[in-house]
Amino acid sequence: MTKDIVFGQYYPASSFIHKLDPRLKLFAVLVFIVSVFLCDIFYAYAACYAFLLIVILVSRVPILSVLKTIKAVLFIVFLTAVLNIFFYKEGNVFWEWEFLRITDEGLLYAAKMALRIIFLVVSTSMLTFTSTPMALTDGMESIMKPLKIIRFPVHDVAVIMSTALRFIPTLLEEVNKIVMAQKARGAHFDNGGLVKRAKALLPVLIPLFVSTFRRADELALALDARCYNATPNRTKMKPLHFSWRDLVAFFCLAAFLTIIILLKLGFFGLV
Amino acid sequence: MSIVIENLSFTYGKKSPFEKKALSDVSFTVNDGEFVGIVGSTGSGKSTLIQHLNGLIKLTSGKITVDGIDLSARKPDLQKLRKKIGMLFQYPEYQLFAETVLADVKFGPKNFGAKDEEAEKMAEEAIKMVGLDFEEIKDRSPIDISGGQKRRVAVAGVLAYKPDILILDEPTAGLDPTGKRDMLDLISSLRSSGAVKTVIMVSHNMDEIAEYADRVIALSNGRLVSDSSTEEFFYDSDVESLNLALPHAVYITKKLAEKGIDLSAKPLSLSEFNEALRRKLSLGEGGAL
Ligand SMILES: Nc1ncnc2c1ncn2[C@@H]1O[C@H](COP(=O)(O)OP(=O)(O)OP(=O)(O)O)[C@@H](O)[C@H]1O
Ligand SMILES: [Mg+2]
Repeated sequence: MTKDIVFGQYYPASSFIHKLDPRLKLFAVLVFIVSVFLCDIFYAYAACYAFLLIVILVSRVPILSVLKTIKAVLFIVFLTAVLNIFFYKEGNVFWEWEFLRITDEGLLYAAKMALRIIFLVVSTSMLTFTSTPMALTDGMESIMKPLKIIRFPVHDVAVIMSTALRFIPTLLEEVNKIVMAQKARGAHFDNGGLVKRAKALLPVLIPLFVSTFRRADELALALDARCYNATPNRTKMKPLHFSWRDLVAFFCLAAFLTIIILLKLGFFGLV
Repeated sequence: MSIVIENLSFTYGKKSPFEKKALSDVSFTVNDGEFVGIVGSTGSGKSTLIQHLNGLIKLTSGKITVDGIDLSARKPDLQKLRKKIGMLFQYPEYQLFAETVLADVKFGPKNFGAKDEEAEKMAEEAIKMVGLDFEEIKDRSPIDISGGQKRRVAVAGVLAYKPDILILDEPTAGLDPTGKRDMLDLISSLRSSGAVKTVIMVSHNMDEIAEYADRVIALSNGRLVSDSSTEEFFYDSDVESLNLALPHAVYITKKLAEKGIDLSAKPLSLSEFNEALRRKLSLGEGGAL
């Protein structure tokens, strides 16, 4: 069982955030990302930070796991910061050499850009920490429903997406098994140049493709045998619905967005 | 050539919400030339245990020594270790990948440093050893041959580099009765001919274990719960409490004993049982039952 959920980074818990409707969470991430790009003054960043911190604390996902997601993009954050520090032209110059200069505004700008990336990564990973892949596809299917008007096969796409997601852990397990079997026969995957390494992957990729096709065939047969068809009016085992929690969360989100917009408009007289 | 395992413990997904203790404090020794059966219900840790033996799972707690190679060393010589141990996984036919059977069987020897010609000779020998027609099969694609043949090719792929120890994870799963019998006969003939010395076999089929193994190691929830000779295991310990079935021969013998019919023997296979029953009925060798 456990192997079936070890995918992405879903962190099982039953917090307020976990129980929210996935549609609301998708919407909230969108709102948060827009807010981050609306930020220009320090206080706005502080508001985003506070909002995110509250979400993390309420969700009960360990801070350490959240920090790990930042580690993955640390290089990009660092690179953006460095580029911005050296190439920002305005402001009081601290240091100058050839075409490189460091200014006070440049430093500030670099810090802001770095913060933005971190906020983006952390907010999207909070989405995946607190919602199962299944819940997310259900949510997306529901959000995409209006596209049916232009004959977009929303349900089919959702089924394809959830089937693909469902099979990722299975395939990972398969890869693991094949890698072990080839290693047992003396294969090594981690030395030699790029070409050699790519070649070493063949004994893993070929059996993986073969078994993936076999699995897909079997699944299609099994679906057919049980008279599955993607009829438009299928009901769901776990229908999504809004609860009081979603209402509370929605108002919190609205309040947050209002604060960000007011800060942007200079309403509090803060700069 | 002995394998010494001391206080082996292993946890999957340590420090994650999916943490799962798969082995705890397992210790035993496998001597040179033994045929050891490993049994236990689903999820008891059998596969995890054998994957430790050739370093496919990194040792995290405890000590394993295989023929003097210490796996708890900082950098054990894994290639040397893996050449000594041939490991056949569950459904090994799904790991065939090369364009031809010959190329697939050569994969092992080549990885362990054999030259092309040498590898080809080793592959030919192995393919013949598993009872396949070398000339007929060598250029066929391993994907197009029959299921039973695939399994044999997979076994050949392991035998080709001449391991001393053969470790098998459910080698008969998914084969038909004849296929099962052939596979087991192949394994026992490999041992009697000296092609491999030691055999460790994981199986859910107690009849197979009873008939072929000299010694049985039983796991339950990651713990070693029994380590004894095959006869002792099936006749003197409470096998059913481990969620395992008794082998047919043992089951009938025990039932007969309950009814007051003592065979005064401890048969482990049906042929041994027949023999004991004949003796009991004083029919003599080969007499009709
Ligand atoms: N890659 C993995 N990640 C996480 N948990 C695992 C992994 N592999 C096995 N487990 C868990 O470890 C435990 C022992 O698994 P193992 O595969 O060793 O059992 P087994 O005795 O071989 O079972 P079976 O008879 O079904 O093959 C099980 O509870 C299993 O769910
Ligand atoms: Mg297993």
